[in-house]
Formats: sequence, C-alpha cells, structure tokens
Amino acid sequence: MSAFRALARAQLMGWTRDRAAVFFTLLFPLLFLLLFGSLFKGAGAPHITLVQSGPVVLFDSMTAQQRSDLSQELTLVRDDNQADALTKVKNGDDDGVISQSGTGQLVLRFSVADPTRAATVQGVVNGIVQQANQAASGRPPTFTLTTAQVEDLSTKPIQYLTPGLLGWAIATSGTFTAALTLVVWRRKFILRRLRLAPVSLSAVICAPVAVTLLVALVQTAIFLAVATLPYYGLRLSGQWWIAIPLVLAGSLAFMSVGLLVGSWAKTEQAATGVAQLIVLPMAFLSGSFFPLDNTPGWLKGISTVLPLHHLTTAMEDVLTRDRGWGAALPTLGGLLLFAAVLTAISVRLFRWEDA
Amino acid sequence: MTAAIAADGLRKRYGEIRAVDGVSLEVHSGEFFGVLGPNGAGKTTTLEILEGLRQPDEGTVEVLGQRPWPRNAALLPRIGVQLQASAFFERLTAREQIVTFGSLYGVSGSRAAQMLERVGLTEFAETRAEKLSGGQAQRLSIACALAHDPELVFLDEPTTGLDPQARRNLWDLLREINAEGRTVVLTTHYLDEAEILCDRVAVMDHGRILKTDPPATLVRELDAPTRLTVESGLLGAERARELLAGGEGGTAVPDAEVRDDGISLTIATRTPAPVLALLAEQDALRGLEVRGATLEDVFLQLTGREYRA
Repeated sequence: MSAFRALARAQLMGWTRDRAAVFFTLLFPLLFLLLFGSLFKGAGAPHITLVQSGPVVLFDSMTAQQRSDLSQELTLVRDDNQADALTKVKNGDDDGVISQSGTGQLVLRFSVADPTRAATVQGVVNGIVQQANQAASGRPPTFTLTTAQVEDLSTKPIQYLTPGLLGWAIATSGTFTAALTLVVWRRKFILRRLRLAPVSLSAVICAPVAVTLLVALVQTAIFLAVATLPYYGLRLSGQWWIAIPLVLAGSLAFMSVGLLVGSWAKTEQAATGVAQLIVLPMAFLSGSFFPLDNTPGWLKGISTVLPLHHLTTAMEDVLTRDRGWGAALPTLGGLLLFAAVLTAISVRLFRWEDA
Repeated sequence: MTAAIAADGLRKRYGEIRAVDGVSLEVHSGEFFGVLGPNGAGKTTTLEILEGLRQPDEGTVEVLGQRPWPRNAALLPRIGVQLQASAFFERLTAREQIVTFGSLYGVSGSRAAQMLERVGLTEFAETRAEKLSGGQAQRLSIACALAHDPELVFLDEPTTGLDPQARRNLWDLLREINAEGRTVVLTTHYLDEAEILCDRVAVMDHGRILKTDPPATLVRELDAPTRLTVESGLLGAERARELLAGGEGGTAVPDAEVRDDGISLTIATRTPAPVLALLAEQDALRGLEVRGATLEDVFLQLTGREYRA
C-alpha cells in the first residue's frame, strides 16, 4: 500500500509540474469549450438585417413600440442607394432589400446563398405585411396563431458541446497518459528499477491509473462548473451525477487504448503520434465537436463502433436529457468490457524493457 | 567466509550472440568484487542475471543463499542496485526521488536527508534530478540504491562519463560503502578503477571470465618487465645497450630492452635493481620513472590484444 501511495504521489507530482501536460489535458479542451460555447451561443433562428431602400410606408409609419418589437427579429437599416444595397445583399453582408413601388406594392429582394436566412427574411417580412393588411381591414382577425417553442434541449449547442468536448478531453488524457507513462518508464529504466524493488505489479499499474482517474474527475468538475455558468447556460438534469461513473469507465477504456499503444511503441514520439492518430479522428467521427444528426449514414455507422461516441451520447443523456441509469448502464458495461479486452491484449504485448 | 554470491556455469544467448558463455564466480561476504572488461564483454548481462532481472539459459545462481530467478520478493530488500542508466522519476527533486524509492521498501521519508548528506548532495535536495550533473546524478542513483540499507550492492559502471575529479569523489564514497560491511559488486571498463577499489577482479571478455584474483596478484603473476624511464639525452641508447651487455664499466642485464623515442629513454627489465644502480653511476636519473606492469598488461596477456575500453 505504501508503495502504491509513493508511486501515485510521484506520478501526480511529476504530472502537475509538467506544464505542457497540464495545459493539454486540462486547459486545452476547456479553451475549446469556452470558444465553441461562445461562438454557437446564439445559434438557432438567425438574426436578419434588412435594408430599406427609399420610403416604405409600412416601416415609416411604425410606432416606437412596434419598431422595438421588430428589432427582436430583424435590424432595419436605411440605404437609399438601391444599387449599393443590392451589392451588400449579394456579398452576404445584409439579408434583403425592401423597397416600395406604387402605393401598396412592396418588393423584397434577397439572396438564396443561405437558405435559412432567405426563408427567415421572407417569413418575417411576409408576417409584417399580413399583420398590416389585417389591421387595415379594421376587423378582429378570424384566426390567430400563438407559437411556443418546445424546450428541445438538444438544440442548444452547450448541451452537446459539454459532453462532446469532455469525452474528447477524457479520451485524450487517458490515451496519452497511459501510452507515455509506459514508454517513458520503460525507456528510462524505471520499470526495471521497480522490478528490483519488492513491490507488486498491481501497485506499479494502479498508481498511474489512479492518477489518471483523478485527473479525469477534476476535468469533469471544471467542465461542468464552466458550462453551468449563466453565460453558457447549461442546465443539468436530475441524474447528472451518473456521468461520474461514465467518466471513470471511459477513462479506463481510453487508458487501455493507451496501454496498447505504449506496449507497441518504442519511443515517446511514436507513442504521441499514434495516440493522436487514434484520438483525433475518433473525436471527429464520434461527434465530439459537432452533432452527427445531419451527417451521412455511413458516418453514423462508423460512429456506432467507436467507444467515444457511446461515452458522449450516454453523458449527453444523463447530463441534459433527463435520462438515468437505463441510458448509462449499457454504455458503462460496454466501456468496461472494451477496457478489459484491450488490457488483456496489452498484457500479451507487454515488455519490461526493449530487448 | 560465507559466499554472498555463488554462480556456476551461467550462459545467456541472444540469437547468435553468446553474451554470457559459461561464467562461474564466487563473491565473498563483505568483499569489493570487480568485473572488468571492455564494452560488450558480457559484464552487464552477467550482473542482470545475478540481480534476478534475467533468467540464464543455463547455470545456477545463489545470491545471499537464495535464488534470484524467478523474481524473489524475499531477496529484493536485501540487495541494492544502481543501474547503468540513472532511472529517475520525471520532474522530481533529489530528495523526492530518495523518498519515493525508499517508500517502495517501506523506508520512512526521514532517511532521505541522511542519505543526501551521505552522498554529499544536501545542497541539491530540492534540485530536480534532470538538472543534476553526471557525477551528482550517479551519487543520487547510489543514494537511491542504498536507501533501504541493503547488504549487497550492485554498481554497474558508476563512473562512466564522469570527469576525473567526480570519479575520485565517487571512489571515496564506494570505499566507504564497502567499509561499512556491505558486499559490493562493481562492473567497470576502467582498469585503474578496478585496481584501486577492488579486493578481487574478474577479467571478462567475450562472455567469459578469463581470470579472477586480487589485482596485485594478477599483475605479479604476469611477471611482466618493469619499465625505467629517464629523460632522453642523458645517456645515449647505444651506450646504454653497451653498458647493459656487460661492457666497460657496465653490468650485464641480459633481458634489458632499450628504446629511445627522442623524449625519453626507456629500459624494460625484470631485474630493475642493477639497471637503477647503473643509471645512478652514469648520473642519468633526471626525470626517473619506474612503472611496473598494470592490469592493462594483464589484459593484453590474457586476451592477446590491446585493451579497448
């Protein structure tokens, strides 16, 4: 036990003093969360910029209150040089130009370069015209439509970014730590030195594993703390803490990947390269950085065999979709099984030292 | 005397290469035992078999009365090993390295300060191992090997790559370790080191032990000529040969060989006394040096070739 503690302590001290390791395992993924979280924060219905060219009675006659309501959906700017305004729409700077010809004839010109924006600008302007017509008729509307958005949490980017990037962070630190520890210990003859001390092999293995699990938990805590800040607005669902066993199982699974890499690789460079070659494409294909909903079927097919995909999906389920053990258990079991199989293979490939 | 190590007929082969090819040796308790040989002689592999890191293909080993292979947890606390490559944990200070290695043997951390003082690294306690000089790193490595107070210490080429001053400092430390009653087994490819430190030396080449004896015995048994050297120009080489052949005013020394390279005059003989007297008579003693045979000559004689470190 004292050997385990001593080794874990040595490993932890060595790790915290390695600024590059701390940066790449803890801060680098966090920077992605901060950045993506901010970039995609307002994603949803786009905000429209509409250029008014020449007098348009409909807009000119609006009250201050109406203008303020309108500004929720679109920004209205005035530019009487129509050619100039059209150029801006062509370039994608503005979304549409509206002008009036004759008394009641409105002309809206827009670009279809961005279909979402094209549809939005048409819809918004059409709505305003309808409202104005209805008001002009002087009668109460026959049908009214009240809209309410369904609280579909999955559409908020922070809800998939948090589990996705956290999964990627855990995959990175697990794989790299295990692979590099094994290679460095072998290359620096620390494994040999440990063989000459009366310590059990389990202490030698468990110490770095314990440290990596600890780092994964710290990572999770920081991620959730940042994501739930009001600015990012992640709302955790009731059984979010089921993510903790998921994180631990995921960390073990990726350490087993690293163990396999470390058993094979002879140098630190080889270990780093191969680990990156595994983790980065896996993160993309697993939907760690963006949701896979709109991706082709073959990509979704690949993702179903990737452990990271299952980890992030299960974490998303328990963190934000209000699901519980039912969603987590199959993944938990799968990750542990994956870890067991890869560890067994690594043990076969394991060498105490380079021949 | 009890044997600390008894090895018989050890062989270890790597593919076609016979790294260890029939090594038998016995190390007495409390002895400072050296294994001398050039690089690739099989010293390290022999040591690794004794330490229990490798299984010999053939032969038997007993270390402190126990078999080191397979990994023998009862034996490990009694031996200390300083490895050829300094195996340290990354980014840990000198003190933390000793504490960590000590903990593996259940030694309390308070011993670290004592060990640091012991190897003269007190002022480097908080320096990271990577930042230590070669000599300091070797000392730290020895401190780590001694942290659990072992009876038997293995040192694999501890002075390789050190400057002369650092080597001498380390020799003092190694002598002290042995003087405390520990058995020390040292491999080295430096002849002077073996000669100065070791009670007995095993000369190794091509995976075999050629001879095992105290260094002085090895040299004496060689019966090699003594070399007397004086400054050139005091006595001509021709004249010297005449005198040593028993010519006018000389003494006959039949085995004397005379050489003059323009800097010094060297006379090699197994009976140096009459030669010295003769040089004194001729008043040709300026810059006199008398050199007996060294382990280098022993090696040359045993292997038939020059020593290549």
